[in-house]
Amino acid sequence: MSLGYYPGCSMHGTSREYDESLKAIAPALGVTMTEIDDWCCCGASSAHAADHLLGVALPARNLALAEAQGHDEVLAPCAACFNRLAGARHAVANEPGMAARVQAVLERPFANSVAVRSVVELLLGLAPTIEEQVAARLEPNQLGELSIAAYYGCLLVRPAEITGFDDSERPSSMESVIAACGARPVDWNMAVECCGGAFSVSRTSSVVRLSRAIIDDARSHGAQAIVVACPLCHSNLDFRQAAMTRRGEEPMPILFITQLVGLALGLPAETLGLGRHFVATEPLLTQLKALAAARAAADAAKAAAAAEKAAARAAASDRPVVAASAAAASDPAPAPPSAGGGDA
Amino acid sequence: MGREMPLPPHDIMRAVINNRRDRVFGDESIWLCLTCETCSARCPNGCDPARVIDALRELAVSEGVSPSPRNVRAFHQAFLDQIKFSGRLFEVGLVLDYKLRSGDLLKDVANAPAMLVRGKLPVKPARIAGHGDVRRIIEACERERTAGGGELT
Amino acid sequence: MARIGVFVCHCGENIARTVDCARVVEELKSHPGVVHSEDYKYMCSDPGQALVRKAIEENDLTGVVVCACSPHMHEKTFRGAAAKAGLNPFLCEMANIREHCSWIHEDRGEATDKAIDIGRTIIEKVKHNVPLETIRIPVTKRALVIGGGIAGIQAALDIADGGAEVVLVEKESSIGGHMSQLSETFPTLDCSQCILTPRMVEVLQHPRIKLHSYSELESLEGYIGNFKATIRKKARSVDEDLCNGCGDCQAACPSRKIASEFDAGTGKRSAIYVPFPQAVPNIPVLDRVNCTRFKAKRKGIEKDVCGKCQEACLKGAIDYEQEDSFVTEDVGAVVVATGFQLYSIGRDQPAGLKGYGEYGYGDVPDVIDGMQFERLASASGPTGGEILRPSDGKPPKTVVFVQCVGSRDPEKGIPYCSKICCMYTAKHTMLYKNKMHDGKAIVFYMDIRAGGKGYDEFTRRAIEDDGAQYVRGRVSRIYRDGDVVKVWGFDTLSGEQVVVDADMVVLATAMRPQPGIAELAQKLSISYDEHGFINEAHPKLRPVETNTAGIYIAGACQAPRDIPESVAMASATAAKVLGLFSADELEREPTVALVNEQTCIGCFSCEQVCPYGAIEHVDVCDVEGHICGVVARVNPGICQGCGTCVAVCPSKSVELQGFTDEQIYAEINALGSW
Repeated sequence: MSLGYYPGCSMHGTSREYDESLKAIAPALGVTMTEIDDWCCCGASSAHAADHLLGVALPARNLALAEAQGHDEVLAPCAACFNRLAGARHAVANEPGMAARVQAVLERPFANSVAVRSVVELLLGLAPTIEEQVAARLEPNQLGELSIAAYYGCLLVRPAEITGFDDSERPSSMESVIAACGARPVDWNMAVECCGGAFSVSRTSSVVRLSRAIIDDARSHGAQAIVVACPLCHSNLDFRQAAMTRRGEEPMPILFITQLVGLALGLPAETLGLGRHFVATEPLLTQLKALAAARAAADAAKAAAAAEKAAARAAASDRPVVAASAAAASDPAPAPPSAGGGDA
Repeated sequence: MGREMPLPPHDIMRAVINNRRDRVFGDESIWLCLTCETCSARCPNGCDPARVIDALRELAVSEGVSPSPRNVRAFHQAFLDQIKFSGRLFEVGLVLDYKLRSGDLLKDVANAPAMLVRGKLPVKPARIAGHGDVRRIIEACERERTAGGGELT
Repeated sequence: MARIGVFVCHCGENIARTVDCARVVEELKSHPGVVHSEDYKYMCSDPGQALVRKAIEENDLTGVVVCACSPHMHEKTFRGAAAKAGLNPFLCEMANIREHCSWIHEDRGEATDKAIDIGRTIIEKVKHNVPLETIRIPVTKRALVIGGGIAGIQAALDIADGGAEVVLVEKESSIGGHMSQLSETFPTLDCSQCILTPRMVEVLQHPRIKLHSYSELESLEGYIGNFKATIRKKARSVDEDLCNGCGDCQAACPSRKIASEFDAGTGKRSAIYVPFPQAVPNIPVLDRVNCTRFKAKRKGIEKDVCGKCQEACLKGAIDYEQEDSFVTEDVGAVVVATGFQLYSIGRDQPAGLKGYGEYGYGDVPDVIDGMQFERLASASGPTGGEILRPSDGKPPKTVVFVQCVGSRDPEKGIPYCSKICCMYTAKHTMLYKNKMHDGKAIVFYMDIRAGGKGYDEFTRRAIEDDGAQYVRGRVSRIYRDGDVVKVWGFDTLSGEQVVVDADMVVLATAMRPQPGIAELAQKLSISYDEHGFINEAHPKLRPVETNTAGIYIAGACQAPRDIPESVAMASATAAKVLGLFSADELEREPTVALVNEQTCIGCFSCEQVCPYGAIEHVDVCDVEGHICGVVARVNPGICQGCGTCVAVCPSKSVELQGFTDEQIYAEINALGSW
């Protein structure tokens, strides 16, 4: 799979780890990303707040560049960029007169032929591949004991006509990716409530109020971490978390979905930028690794015990050793003997 | 953000219907909107208050009527200045510009070292080749807005 | 030889002010074929009509032309006068010199010329008129009522009490409909079943009502006065003639955990069951989908499993081999009274509707709909009338009621108001507060629609006497938070956000037509709107008829409505049906299509375009009686005289009586020929 890549301004700055982890998992999933040459800022919230046309024209410039560079799909990991680019595509296609106005301002050809994809949509489509690769790994999956809340925020799911790929009130695409990674998505209430977005700098008190409610709800539903797909949400929940945590509360690590996938695929933490967070991820990962190792040891011990028992029975009754698989236990008909002995 | 707005979205809509410019532009309500789109997603009549508020902000700026809260305006202006200059957002520049405009000089100063250590503050601005293109687009839109004075789509 | 009489009406000043009636009389007197011509101030009056009759008799007229107003106004009047004078009424036509002339022109000279021209065209037409006889169709004085809810029951009783027979078809195992599920009804707070069940028993015992329960309409053929209905009697697995309603089978059934439809999912039932104790008929039905025995058979297990109900039945009435059977009924009129279903709060929705994700898509156990609340409140319900939380069975201390869920929400697909929810929500708060004196009842509303008699007073009672708290504003989110259900709303009257920690939330969901309504409507050839509600013939003046002759409607299948209105509508429908049955024969205008079977080529293009299904196939036989062809014939009972077949017939074999090509061309050719 080959896509155009629109990083957006935060990928080289405050959300560097999102970019790093995305680039780390792409080859494993068979995705080739080609960065759009000479891309410019999409305008985020500031452009459309000032001027509707500017809010369409800036992202449209990037779509026009993508078109000229031969792409029919562009991946935009930042939720705001995704929403702006997809919004521009929608506006040019549907608002009367917009196509002409944008064309006039852009002064470059633009056929509005490029589709815009978010990282979540991409990973949802790749979930079977992720699941396969997770199952094929030899080390025990450290995410097996992880309860994690999927936080979508606003711009990945609204307005529904522009974002399109999931339900805007009770989305489930990230949960599917989490499950494919072998972790446990929790059912919680704040998945699509706003974190305070662009007020991070100019009105931090609002961000603290809104984001604190999100973290509190995730915690009360048993989440050990929150997974996001938006740099601004990450910043509000991670960078600003110190202002929200009350005394005695466990900090809540905030992971990018791409980092979660990277961990599931067994990539080392440094390649995923996990050291760049303000809320440390190390303690949680260490704990999970330990739990996974303990479970693997317990499973191995059980399998060894079961194999011993089966061997003893076989010795007593002279029957061939039957594979100690779960299927053998529930099926009334005897399972065929498998070559190679007990495989738990 | 409805809880913090003197006029939440439905009251803004009512004021617009009643042509009460004094109410709509009389406080910072329209500037507190984050365009989270929840109002538009829930409205049973498909009224799209988020778009209406966007348009009101555009109107406020072009007519010079509404006092956007200093911080909010400072942030947006700093943002646009940055991308006019370099085509992309150079976050250090953005924050510095914002501080100067807003007068909020000490904001996040304590956090800067932590950001640097984590490699999240690129100190070198990156100017794209097409930065002139971006400047041109921003200025063209501004001209269209002030000259046209017509319908806001 | 034509002997036409011309009568020019002044219509007071309406015609005479612009048209010189005397000149019209003079000019037309000399038109070939006219033997009599006169004018009068008000031709439609008694003296005016007397003039027409006298002229017919004295001059032996073969045709009459009345130059006056529109045929829509007085064609019937003048045709009646002609008939009284012994002239076939279809030899009398009107020339419209009012709406088509005097009312729209100002120049007297030109208007009079035009009036004369108009007169000439009709005179020329009438020369080609032939006498036509009114079509008389026999009427079967039996009515089919589809739907046994309160509307269907009322219509059936009224028609039967009026002397005609009724066949009542109900798809559920018992009649009673949704009214039987309610706890109390507004505004009287009568126990719903107490006022309904006597009617149900009356239906059962009425000598002129035949009840087919657990049955559906399979097909309907024919036309007004002469329908043939085929009804599918679904297999109950119980012989209705042998069963005596003892209930032993139900007691013996080991499956007791099936969600009860009658209890709207709040309670459980057995696989063989009677939906409620007062069911009519009191005969159980076996749910083959959930029955252990039938499930085993479907899995392919050879051995007979369970069978406890058959063992328990002392009458030997259980019949596992029973199959659906068909009966045909001949009826003269059909009443559609299929009622409604409630909009679902779940995620799965039919095309065009969206669910309420913001309210949890029905996943939160303590968020229920109005019907479920009725069952909890009902003394005969699964909790014995105690209102208890589905999640933990505890009584709720705070109940939030949300109005307009689905209704008035174009974004979700239902733009209309469901009419009854404001009233039943007020009722719910009263029922709740009466059982839980210190409980809190909070209602979120947009408007209060309480337009019926005593209705507004009823809602005020809920607020003033029973202490329900009404908050004007919509609810934006509902979700479970630990033990409570969080409700986010807004109080627009005070301008504040409101968050309630509720123990239970009741959603007042929209009323929709029954599932399968589109298929039923197509079987009956009646039209329905984009929501599935059946279309009435005219929303103001013909609310209980459809545009298909002989098919009537009653109750919520046409639009959301409450019980008093459904009952009133059902009685009105019954009156229409009895009116239809009041004569032994139905008279219909003979201006219908007629096929010349000699020239018909049997292409049946007419059949393809006929909106009413009025074309029949007739075999053409040779001298020896062998079939050598098929031609079309129009059934005069069904034909509405629309003329579409006339337009498409390639061999020009079909003509509209009273509007033949000859007559129309004569009219056209008369223009400008004099």
